[in-house]
Amino acid sequence: MTTIPINTRTDVDYGTPLPTSTETITLSIDGVDVTVPKGSSVMRAAATAGVMVPKLCATDSLKSFGSCRLCLVEIDGRKGYPASCTTPVEAGMQVRTQSKKLGDLRRGVMELYISDHPLDCLTCSANGDCELQDMAGAVGLREVRYGYEGENHLDAKKDTSNPYFEFDPAKCIVCQRCVRACEEVQGTFALTVDGRGFASKISPGQMESFMESECVSCGACVQACPTATLIEKTVVDAGTPDYDVVTTCAYCGVGCSFKAEMKGREVVRMTPYKDGMANHGHSCVKGRFAWGYATHKDRITTPMIRKKITDPWTPVSWDEAITYAASEFKRLQSQYGRGSVGAISSSRCTNEETYLMQKLVRAAFGNNNIDTCARVCHSPTGFGLKTTLGESAGTQNFDSVQHADVIVVIGANPTDGHPVFASAMKRRIREGAKLIVIDPRRTDIVRSPHIEASHHLQLRPGTNVAVLNALAHVIVTEGLADDAFALARCEPASYAQWKDFVSKPENSPEALEAETWVPASVVRGAARLYASGGNAAIYYGLGVTEHSQGSTAVLGIANLAMATGNLGRPGVGVNPLRGQNNVQGSCDMGSFPHELPGYRHVLDDSVRALFEGRWNVSLEKEPGLRIPNMFDAALDGSFKGLYLEGEDIAQSDPDTTHVTAALEAMECIVVQDLFLNETAKFAHVFLPGSSFLEKNGTFTNAERRISRVRKVMEPVAGKEDWQVTVALANALGYPMHYNHPSEIMDEIASLTPTFTGVSYARIEELGSIQWPCNDAAPEGTPVMHEQQFVRGKGKFVPTQYVPTTEKVNRKYPLILTTGRILSQYNVGAQTRRTSNVEWHNEDRLEIHPHDAEERGIHEGDQVSVTSRAGETSLRAHITDRVQPGIVYTTFHHPESGANVITTENSDWATNCPEYKVTAVQVSPALKGSEWQERFQSFTSEQLGHLERAVGVRSPKP
Amino acid sequence: MNLNKLIEMANQIGRYHAALPDRAEALTGTAMHIRRFWEPRMRRELLAHIDATGGEGLEPIVIEAIGANRAELQPAQ
Ligand code: SF4
Ligand code: SF4
Ligand code: SF4
Ligand code: FES
Repeated sequence: MTTIPINTRTDVDYGTPLPTSTETITLSIDGVDVTVPKGSSVMRAAATAGVMVPKLCATDSLKSFGSCRLCLVEIDGRKGYPASCTTPVEAGMQVRTQSKKLGDLRRGVMELYISDHPLDCLTCSANGDCELQDMAGAVGLREVRYGYEGENHLDAKKDTSNPYFEFDPAKCIVCQRCVRACEEVQGTFALTVDGRGFASKISPGQMESFMESECVSCGACVQACPTATLIEKTVVDAGTPDYDVVTTCAYCGVGCSFKAEMKGREVVRMTPYKDGMANHGHSCVKGRFAWGYATHKDRITTPMIRKKITDPWTPVSWDEAITYAASEFKRLQSQYGRGSVGAISSSRCTNEETYLMQKLVRAAFGNNNIDTCARVCHSPTGFGLKTTLGESAGTQNFDSVQHADVIVVIGANPTDGHPVFASAMKRRIREGAKLIVIDPRRTDIVRSPHIEASHHLQLRPGTNVAVLNALAHVIVTEGLADDAFALARCEPASYAQWKDFVSKPENSPEALEAETWVPASVVRGAARLYASGGNAAIYYGLGVTEHSQGSTAVLGIANLAMATGNLGRPGVGVNPLRGQNNVQGSCDMGSFPHELPGYRHVLDDSVRALFEGRWNVSLEKEPGLRIPNMFDAALDGSFKGLYLEGEDIAQSDPDTTHVTAALEAMECIVVQDLFLNETAKFAHVFLPGSSFLEKNGTFTNAERRISRVRKVMEPVAGKEDWQVTVALANALGYPMHYNHPSEIMDEIASLTPTFTGVSYARIEELGSIQWPCNDAAPEGTPVMHEQQFVRGKGKFVPTQYVPTTEKVNRKYPLILTTGRILSQYNVGAQTRRTSNVEWHNEDRLEIHPHDAEERGIHEGDQVSVTSRAGETSLRAHITDRVQPGIVYTTFHHPESGANVITTENSDWATNCPEYKVTAVQVSPALKGSEWQERFQSFTSEQLGHLERAVGVRSPKP
Repeated sequence: MNLNKLIEMANQIGRYHAALPDRAEALTGTAMHIRRFWEPRMRRELLAHIDATGGEGLEPIVIEAIGANRAELQPAQ
């Protein structure tokens, strides 16, 4: 049975935002004294005292506006009836919120609103969830004296173009909460008020529909709307929800907190949770709306097995599937050796699941062949930050950006990849923080409404390290470094060495200009701003890590922050933006083949002894295979069995042909997933997974924040994912006993020094916890390295630029770089099964007009893209977002085969693939590539095998 | 394993360390990186290649680093 947790927090709308001031002011509301921060509105003070002043245009996520005049109050010594939402508190104020006169005035205001509003409350979708209705009740409105004969908006047309919400202007009271939410909260400025006075109307763009406009479907306006004007279509269909459960978004590394609003055991809507510390009540289209995949008909709901991948699947019981998988793994180990099997977990798994996966590999398989998808995204972050600062994690909380004066975005596209954090960042930039962007593409953050980067370093892909060295060169040689900080907090010898290195003439921006394509003057300007513009914070993404020098670039970023004293306080820091929700967590949990939980090397005897004692087993001290090594070992015949949870390597990993050859060479592949993903088409055992709505656990976001995932419905196939791993371990002969994931977290806490203070009970109390959380930091750690670095003294590391071996030539003259888009998530297995495809239903190749013209390519043409690894075809999108010589695509659709062309080149330290640099040729094509034809026929064959087993209707490949 | 790939990986590690100003640190760094991150199969194959050919295709720093730290790098059989 599912137990639905009781929410301990209430959502009070205080009407206006909480001011940041630490000074307080005491005043009297209806005779009761209340103390609030200076800068609070009278409305907020009243709400703090438990007195809810009627309001319509105010809500505490937005600055006060003062348009509806419903919130009038009386204040001793003041004339008239000031609006409580726009009146700041003053010491000793005597405020009355109720009087006969106030009641009359408020009823008058309401009457006017209602006279232009349809009175179909009983049949309205928002019945019971409408502030207009509540306010009519609150002010005691009983009759409306004005008829409906006059001019009104009641026949205005509905806009249903957005797949998730509708807009019914007939119900609009023009409070402009939506317009302000789009500006202040989201930062997109998609909505406008057209006309004035009574004739004013709300409209996306220039009287466009929502889908035609700039709207990115974040839902902030829907959230802010007090009426049924903007409303979720699921609420229109299913009615208003009955109860809610707080949980965490399962998409990106921002880790937004949501209320799953439920009717019975069905989700009616997901609304961003105001008390969520990562998102403060904001959301993006994925978390807010794209959760329908959880009940999609393609979900596989029964375990299945088969001997060979050319056989149809046979549906079996859980027991049979688990026993079969275990017996196969045991057979392989006795036949080919202990190291012939391994596992890959995913950043989409909870902490508890990834912890169990690595425990299964280490304790039950008896080797260290465990890896996670962070291998292919942020493994260089772990390496680089551990080496320099001593801990494999970002240094700040997200809120820290509100204290930054200079924001540097390197190789990240936050408006698409980390949208809710991008909104916070954009708010800070609108307040005056300066922006530096280092990216080959002109991403949206470079220029968007009210945002303009001071410097855009539009570098050639693959030259990050050269650019970082050039920045360091300017900082050191122009005397802009913070020597006092560096000498006090870091190893002086390493600092001196590093200064010598970056000062060399070959690291000057002038010397490197030809290599990086960035004009020296732009580098100099950016370096000066970063070093002397106040608090400077670096945010970076996969454009930094996914290179042959990914780890070197992370070292270079840490060097810059140490040299300029930009670490150890709010507003600064080195912040990796993690792609998937639990990248940080899966790395913390010991998912790498060389590390036990808490980033402790398997070679360390004392660490192994600790785990051996607790796990009651002896542990292998040699590091295991990393994902790319597993493929090579599979092809040489020494690696034969693989257990995968939540990871789709056949789509997400580079050089697809090589990956699938490796999969075909293995004898037992066990896939645990929601859908028959690309990898499952090569599998022998399929174990149905559970979505984030169907299980308990925790995720750790990019700011090290551990948040609860709470089960709101039963798993469709009967087991939560952690239970499947437990069953497999038991069948392998290594007993695991857990009744609830909280017990797994207790085990993690008992073995990991940075987690000792973490437990489900503690998370319940605090809402969420940022590790380290232990005796030294009982409430967690928002900002790391405050007094000293985790490693003691920071270590500077020289970062020699070594060009990638992936070079353009006559045959492959263009550089392909890859990325993601707002509406789709990673391999797209989830988002492609939602209406998000209305924004992005295929991957396109972005190409500069000049390169397109040279090749006779027109907008929308089918083009072939060829690299040293393979060939695929895509449709072209001609744009000057990319520079001449560069092409770009996303990898959300398997049939695009974006990874058929990416190569196996990888980061020197971690083997993180060089997704961001592939030399290619692009030419017009008449049909799909050979790979795509093979892919289509293999896919339909595999779907046939599935259909015969479970009668599932074929999904689109 | 794929020998060419192992050679390229070892060379990348060597090239990174070759730039460090302290030669001794560069040599130990190269060898220890391989020791700490390479699974025994990979180390064994690279060592066998060095034994057989003297290290064909490998950068000098890699050959020197491995030579100096051979015992550490040799996986137990
Ligand atoms: S759509 Fe909603 S939020 Fe926007 S002005 Fe109308 S009533 Fe207010
Ligand atoms: S959904 Fe978001 S982006 Fe679209 S109009 Fe509303 S607030 Fe603006
Ligand atoms: S995808 Fe990311 S930004 Fe969007 S709601 Fe989920 S966690 Fe938040
Ligand atoms: S709530 Fe104060 S004027 Fe509208």
